[in-house]
Amino acid sequence: MNSGGLTSVLPALRRRTRTASGKRRSTRLPPWLVSWFQVGPLAVILIVLFALPTTLFLIVSFYDYDRVGIYPAFLLDNYREMLTTPATWRVYVSSLRFAFIVWAITLFLGFNIAYFLIFHVRNRITRTVLFLLCAIPFWTSGIIRTIAWIPFLGRNGAFNQLLMGLGLTSHPLTFLLFSDFAVIVTYVHLFTLLMVGPIANSLAKIDPALLEAAVDAGASRWRTMTDIVIPLSKTGITLGSILVFTQVMGDYFVVRQMSGGQSASIVSMLSTQIQAMEYPPASANAMVLVVFVACLVGVMMKVVDVRKELVK
Amino acid sequence: MTPRISEKRPWTFYALATLFGLFLMFLYGPMFVIYVLSFQGPNGGVTFPMVGTSLVWFREVFEKGQMANLPVSFERSIALAAVVSVLTVVISVAAGLGFRRRFPGSGVLFYLAIASLVMPSLLVGFGIGLGFQFLGWQPSLFTSALGAQLTWTLPFGLFAMFAVVNRFNRSWEEAATDLGASAWQRLRHVTLPILAPGIIGVAMGAFTLSYDEYARTTLTIGPKNTLPLEIYALISSATSPTLFAIGTLTTGVSFLAIIVSLLVVLRLQRRRALAKVG
Repeated sequence: MNSGGLTSVLPALRRRTRTASGKRRSTRLPPWLVSWFQVGPLAVILIVLFALPTTLFLIVSFYDYDRVGIYPAFLLDNYREMLTTPATWRVYVSSLRFAFIVWAITLFLGFNIAYFLIFHVRNRITRTVLFLLCAIPFWTSGIIRTIAWIPFLGRNGAFNQLLMGLGLTSHPLTFLLFSDFAVIVTYVHLFTLLMVGPIANSLAKIDPALLEAAVDAGASRWRTMTDIVIPLSKTGITLGSILVFTQVMGDYFVVRQMSGGQSASIVSMLSTQIQAMEYPPASANAMVLVVFVACLVGVMMKVVDVRKELVK
Repeated sequence: MTPRISEKRPWTFYALATLFGLFLMFLYGPMFVIYVLSFQGPNGGVTFPMVGTSLVWFREVFEKGQMANLPVSFERSIALAAVVSVLTVVISVAAGLGFRRRFPGSGVLFYLAIASLVMPSLLVGFGIGLGFQFLGWQPSLFTSALGAQLTWTLPFGLFAMFAVVNRFNRSWEEAATDLGASAWQRLRHVTLPILAPGIIGVAMGAFTLSYDEYARTTLTIGPKNTLPLEIYALISSATSPTLFAIGTLTTGVSFLAIIVSLLVVLRLQRRRALAKVG
């Protein structure tokens, strides 16, 4: 009750000091205009380089086309054609499956690693060093890190040599490379840090005294986790999930390189159309993907109000 | 950090430490393989076994090859990444400060940034490339490619700034104003120095994202490739351990940069501690 009274008084106090200092600056610009100047460059860039181009391919997705060019029209044929092709559905199902599996693995790894770094590593310098150890491979091009798995997982690769050396298998395992397994391993390798970063940031904001209080009050380790740590880190979990999910859905290199041609990705299908200069169907394809990703992200942001948590 | 009540490590510490160790092995396992293979002999290929050892592939990185011109594309990548990094810092720091108040349109802009972040990368490049085609402009490094990369680095910078700004206590600024600081003095001597570590983080993050960017750049770059695009071209034509040599060099340089900056930070801390004592 006491603390409740205090928290209701504090914002009021702060508001008073704000208006006091605001009065002094009343001859200056109103605060919202200052904010507009500050966010102006960002807004202009996002509108010109993101919103307008997106609108452009929304328009083009209704256009007509032939082998020599594209023509203004309002046709739904591009969408109809795409949505009635079984290949489209297959690719979406396979991408979603990859996204879910990779999301589950990276969430498990990311959360535990972030928890370890924030709560178990006590020395600040050790923590920084361990963090950097996780980050260093990310300076190497994702393309190189993808193909790095080929000599590792291949028939004569390092992993098979190791298994045979240990006597665990008599002949090399062939499912390791150019398979769904290889695709998932590569994704996890590429994207786990996207999960670690936001979750670690959320965890770092939790006051350790809160955890001690929970333990003192008799909470088990598990209850402290489910009732305090996880609820307080849900913004980080959501942000990380959004990043990993959209990265997998938008990938076009890993699947092409690592699945051995057994599966395709949505974007690699799309890039084939772009290379063939079939812009209207490519645009329709792109629009469907955009709407799909937007819905997924929308649902995730509905579960956790990221905005409220981030912009305080 | 304040010392905990119990100094004995719980079992979860050992479990998580093991998991972390395994993760590092997973992270560095394939990297280690490419470090080894980059010293492949001149007749060796991209897989085991090693056919002798040599530095041939490192030399190749620094020469203009038939399939790719790595040194020039590397210079382009660095130049682009530097520009992207500076612009991202300036624009996202300003925006991060702007977002501390509610202003008309803040919701729209927030969701626009989210959308720009989650948009499949190739599609951003596709949209911008299409736009340039409609306008009859030639795509190039510092126009379309720069723009395409900013749609990716700016939201990242903005979200990083949210995290930084959240920990910033408004009353420091108010104190500066009360002591008679002008808006500029307040920004220069109070706000920016406190935000500095976060700002450096944004700069490094933006640089890395840009340096490694492939999908957004490929349709907006025009005729002159950046390093990732050149690497991609190399993969689709002929695979050679040259790529691995690039990986080894990148890791080596990263380690060096980190060790140097850690030493600088340690020395600064020591000097600060000494100053406090004196």
